[in-house]
Amino acid sequence: MKILVTVKEVATVEDEFEIEGTEIADQYLGADLNEWDDYAVEEAVQLQENGVADEVVTVTIGPEDCEQTIRQALAKGADRAIRVWDDSLAEADLLDVGAKTEILSAVVEAEDPDLVLTGVQAGDDSFGATGVSLAEEIGAQWGAVVNHLEHDLEDGVASVRRELEGGVEELTEIELPAVLTIQTGINEPRYASLRGIRQAQRKPLDVQSLDDLGVEGSAVDSELELTDMYEPESESDVTVWEGGADETASELGELLREKGVAP
Amino acid sequence: MSDVLAVTDHRRGELRDVSYELITAGRELADATGGALHVAVISGTVDEFAEKLDREGVDTIHTVDHGEEFNHDVYTQTVTQLYDELAPQYVLAPNSVNGLDYAPAVANQLDLPIVTDTVDLEADGDSLTATREMYGGKVETTAELSGDAVVTIRGAEWPAAEGTGDASIEAFDVDIDEDAVGSTVTGFEEVGGGDVDISEADVLVSVGRGIEEEENLEIIRELADALDATVSSSRPIVDNGWLPKNRQVGQSGKVVTPDVYVAIGISGAVQHVAGMKGSDTIVAINTDPNAPIMDIADYAIVDDLFDVVPALTEEFQ
Ligand SMILES: Cc1cc2nc3c(=O)[nH]c(=O)nc-3n(C[C@H](O)[C@H](O)[C@H](O)COP(=O)(O)OP(=O)(O)OC[C@H]3O[C@@H](n4cnc5c(N)ncnc54)[C@H](O)[C@@H]3O)c2cc1C
Repeated sequence: MKILVTVKEVATVEDEFEIEGTEIADQYLGADLNEWDDYAVEEAVQLQENGVADEVVTVTIGPEDCEQTIRQALAKGADRAIRVWDDSLAEADLLDVGAKTEILSAVVEAEDPDLVLTGVQAGDDSFGATGVSLAEEIGAQWGAVVNHLEHDLEDGVASVRRELEGGVEELTEIELPAVLTIQTGINEPRYASLRGIRQAQRKPLDVQSLDDLGVEGSAVDSELELTDMYEPESESDVTVWEGGADETASELGELLREKGVAP
Repeated sequence: MSDVLAVTDHRRGELRDVSYELITAGRELADATGGALHVAVISGTVDEFAEKLDREGVDTIHTVDHGEEFNHDVYTQTVTQLYDELAPQYVLAPNSVNGLDYAPAVANQLDLPIVTDTVDLEADGDSLTATREMYGGKVETTAELSGDAVVTIRGAEWPAAEGTGDASIEAFDVDIDEDAVGSTVTGFEEVGGGDVDISEADVLVSVGRGIEEEENLEIIRELADALDATVSSSRPIVDNGWLPKNRQVGQSGKVVTPDVYVAIGISGAVQHVAGMKGSDTIVAINTDPNAPIMDIADYAIVDDLFDVVPALTEEFQ
C-alpha cells in the first residue's frame, strides 16, 4: 500500500508584527511544518512500520525555501518528497481550495496512492477544506477530522473515529482509496533522530512544475481574492495589571479573595 | 439567481444551534441579493426539525427524509441536487466538523469556489466579501469572490433567528445513488469521562502550550492546590498526553462556566474560546499582549507565567 501525505510549511507570526498590504511583513514571520501535517506524517510512518504501507510519499506546494521544513517529514521516516512550484504560483496572493485541489489531484493521478492523509487544516489560513475537496476531485472516499485509524486496512476499508464537537466521536467505516484529514492527538509525533536527519538529506525530493504535472496555468487562478488584512478591532475592556510578578500576582490574589473563591 | 440555500446541522435527534444562526446569516445575504431564503434539513426527524426551523425570514424549507444521522455522501448528493433544482447564488453550511465533511465536496462537484469559517459576510450584487481570521485569530482578512459560492459560517458569530415564520415546507425528492455511498457510520462514543468533571468547578486554573514542558505542569498543580481549584487545559496539553481528555476545555472538549477561569499560556483560539467564554470572570496570564484571549479576558497579566504563577501560589501559602 502506498500512502501520500500532503504537507505544508506554514508561516508563524511573532507577538508584535506589522501588516503590509494584505500580508504580514516578512521580518515578523517564521516557518514551521504545519502542526496537523506532523500528525499525518507520523500516522503514515507508523502504518509503514506496522507493515501496512510499503511507501510513504509527501507532497507539498511551495517554493524552494520550504525544502528544509519539508525534509523534516523525510527525517521522520517518509521515503521521498514531491514539491510542486511554478512562477505563476509565486505571483498569487492566495491559493484557494480549488487551486490546491487542481494541483494535488494531478499528483495523486501520477502517484496513484491507496490512501491520502492530510492535516485537518493549515495553521495559517485554516480553510480546513482541501482534503475533502481533493477526495471528491479524484473520486475517492473521505473522512474529515479523524482522530483514530485502525491499522488493519486489509479488507479495503478504513475504520476511523471522527472527532465531533462536545467530546463525541463518530465511528465510521470508509472504503479505500480514501483521503483522511488527520486531527492532532491521533498519535505522538516523533522527533527526528540525528540519523534520520542525515538520511533525509539523501532522500529524493522531486520538484515538479505545473507543466510537468499537466496542469493548465489557468486552472490554478484563485477565485478568491484577498482584499484586506488588519488586526481585529479589540472589543475588550480588559483590565491589565501592571508591574512586576509580585505586584500583579497580588492584584490577582485580591480579586480571587474578593470573588470569595480563594482561601 | 439570487437565492440563498442554508443547510442545517443536527446530531442524534437535536438541531444544533448553528442551524438557527445559518438562518440569520442566510436572511441577511438574501436581503442583500434580493432573493429568497431556502433552508434544507437532511436526514433524521425532518418534519419535526422543519417546524422548529420555521422562524422569521425563511421562505421555503426543504425536508429530505433519508436516513437518521449525518452521512457525508448523502449530504453531498442532496445538496448538489438541491443546487441544480433551486439554482441559489450561495450555499451556506456550518463550519462544524460535519459541515467540513461535505461542503468542500459539494463545492468541488459544482465547480464553485468555497470560503470557510467566515465571521462576516457582505453581498453586493454579484460579489461577496467574506471576513475570516488567519494565524489563529491574530489577524482578520477580507476576501472577495464573484458569482455563486459555497460558504461555511463559524458558530456563534450570527445571532440565532427567532420568531415564528410562515415558510412553505416541501419534501424534496432526492435521488440517492447508494453505490456512491462509500462510508458508513457505525456508532457514537462519548469520550472524556472519568474522575473529575471540570464543568462542575468554581475555579479553573487552565494551562496551555505556554507551559512548554510536562514537568512544568507542577507549578500549575501547586497553584491549583493553593487555591483549592481544579486544573484544566487547552487541547495541545491533552494531545501531548500530559493531562487526560476530561481536562480539555473547548469545542471538542468540555464547555465550562466557572466563577473564575484563569487561562495560563493559552492563546485563545476560537475552538478553545467556544468552551470557556461563558465563564463569569476570565483572567489571562500571557506574554503576548495581542493574544486573542485578551479580547474576552476581564483581567490580564502580560508577563511570563513562570514568574507570575509561583508568585501567585505564594500569595496563598
Ligand atoms: C476541529 C478542531 C477542534 C479543536 N478543539 C479544540 C478544543 O476543544 N480545545 C482547545 O483548546 N483547542 C482546540 N483546537 C485547537 C486550537 O485551534 C488551538 O490550536 C489550541 O487551542 C491552541 O492551544 P494553546 O492556546 O494552548 O496554544 P498556543 O496557541 O500555541 O498558545 C500558547 C500561548 O502561550 C503564550 N505563552 C508562551 N509562553 C508563555 C510564557 N512563558 N508565559 C505566558 N504566556 C506564554 C503565547 O503567547 C500563546 O498565546 C481545535 C482545533 C480544531 C481544528
